[in-house]
Amino acid sequence: MTPLVEFRAVGFAYPGAGRSRARPFRLTSVSFAIEPGEIVGVIGPNSSGKTTLIRLLTRVLEPVEGEIALEGKRLQNWGRAELARRVAVVPQGVPREFPFTVEELVLMGRYPHAPGRYFENPADVSAARAAMDATGVRHLASQALASLGGGETQRAVIARALAQEPRLLVLDEPTAHLDLRYQAETAALLRRLNRERGVTILLVSHDLNLAAEVSDRLLLLAEGRLVRLGTPEEVLEESTLTAVFGCEVTVEKSPTTHRPHVQLVWPDGRR
Amino acid sequence: MSPQGRLALTVGGLAALLVAVAAAALFLGSAAISPRGVIGAVAGRAAAESVESVVILSIRLPRIAVAALAGGALAVAGVAFQALTRNPLAEPSVLGISGGAAFGVVIGQSLGLGLTVVEAVGLTGFAFAGALLAAAAVYLIAAAGRGVIQIQTLLLAGVIVGIFSASAITVIISLLDFNRLGGVIHWLLGNVAPIPPGALGLFAILLGAGFGLVLRHARELNLLALGEESAQQLGLNADRLKLTIFTGAALLTASVVAFAGPIGFVGLVVPHMLRMLLGPDNRLLVPTSLAGGAIVLLVADTVARSIVAPAELSVGVITSFCGAPFFVYLLRTRYRGLM
Repeated sequence: MTPLVEFRAVGFAYPGAGRSRARPFRLTSVSFAIEPGEIVGVIGPNSSGKTTLIRLLTRVLEPVEGEIALEGKRLQNWGRAELARRVAVVPQGVPREFPFTVEELVLMGRYPHAPGRYFENPADVSAARAAMDATGVRHLASQALASLGGGETQRAVIARALAQEPRLLVLDEPTAHLDLRYQAETAALLRRLNRERGVTILLVSHDLNLAAEVSDRLLLLAEGRLVRLGTPEEVLEESTLTAVFGCEVTVEKSPTTHRPHVQLVWPDGRR
Repeated sequence: MSPQGRLALTVGGLAALLVAVAAAALFLGSAAISPRGVIGAVAGRAAAESVESVVILSIRLPRIAVAALAGGALAVAGVAFQALTRNPLAEPSVLGISGGAAFGVVIGQSLGLGLTVVEAVGLTGFAFAGALLAAAAVYLIAAAGRGVIQIQTLLLAGVIVGIFSASAITVIISLLDFNRLGGVIHWLLGNVAPIPPGALGLFAILLGAGFGLVLRHARELNLLALGEESAQQLGLNADRLKLTIFTGAALLTASVVAFAGPIGFVGLVVPHMLRMLLGPDNRLLVPTSLAGGAIVLLVADTVARSIVAPAELSVGVITSFCGAPFFVYLLRTRYRGLM
């Protein structure tokens, strides 16, 4: 089976970064594949290359070395709209400057399906409604985004990405500003989308335990290199994490889900 | 109601209002002409050399046309600049773009360019070049801090470029022949004056071109509100869009400045009033702004030439008197959180 996404020895450096930064960021020879139907979690410390990975995958940035393939075809050979019909990104924030409603936001996800259309057609509207149903924000359709709480906003943004009807859903720190309840809700939503709709998911997260709970496989990045790729049990090892994050951690099995659970050993915290 | 329905309804309503306002403006003015005289002149029943005919057909009618075209162009340019900068307070005059275009026009005028069709093309060319120059300067100043351009930085950069253009204009005026000074100053205040039919036609064509560019990409302007990266991830070529919209908006601004002078705040007030009515969807705002801007400037100009009759105020004075407090109101209430 052709992998959905394949990175082959991909390298990237921001232009001019060598002069302005003490330690210039580079992505070096990253290779991996994502199979259809998987949930892959991308983890790693700050500036390890997680966001760069998303930008490369969506052609916001072009690799300097190596190549990226989607459905076996090189990324450069995909048109922008064509690509957006297969890969949808859930960004961290929503626009605050202009008071768009939830439905208006979700309908924007229909753009790649007919870029030349001035207004969306009835098929677009029903696709947007189905996406709002899937994330449970249909009843908020006419509300302004600015009036929503954190969890509702997140589900509206995910609905916008689902309206693109993508094969791959990429989430950038989906739980960054959410409290515990919404973190749990988001995790359940992602699993459900994966199971019921067969959407492949790439989850970029700071939250190691969320990634461990949701993902089939984890991809650990550090300083622009791929350190480990494997099941959560294989990747979340005490020695590896301590080396990569530069702090002491313990890994235990979660009593409820039997997935690895990472805990920080607070410095000077032993009693 | 569907967006299509709301658009049709609003455009229809605004078009009817525009016709009514234009008709009223035709009957008002310092020359005392009876309603019957006005109708006679419009219907072509008055003698060609009669006072009625000259006042109505050569003064009031072209003036109404200039006001409507200029107002529509400014409002559409306002919507475009607001979407482009993701800043609801952006506007050609606030951003210093009008000032740059005015500098271009003053140079053109000092070279003797007037309003015959050929010269008007040259004059708009100067205005367009000035607008591009000012926009580049604003962008370079505002982006100097790297990353996202903040509202404060953008407004400050606009003010700086505006002041600089004003000083540069003063230098040119100081060097001008004293007899030509009056006309330039009159124009600089923002004045809707009748212009020859050829220039009027050129103005309409430029407005059509700029409006067409912005309208064609109205849906994409909505995506830009998500941020450039998200817009690109939705399949948009953000760089090309920005260039296209920028060209369209600069063209609209430059043509207004060339044919009516730098008129402020229409591009701010009209899109905001329409946003209160229709929400932030640019597909509704762009076409309705064309009609809304025309109405607002036409009303302002009619007030400007009636309020101190037989003398006249500059329409730019009226729009600034109304627009500046509106700007302060927006800054202090709606956009407090963004500052």
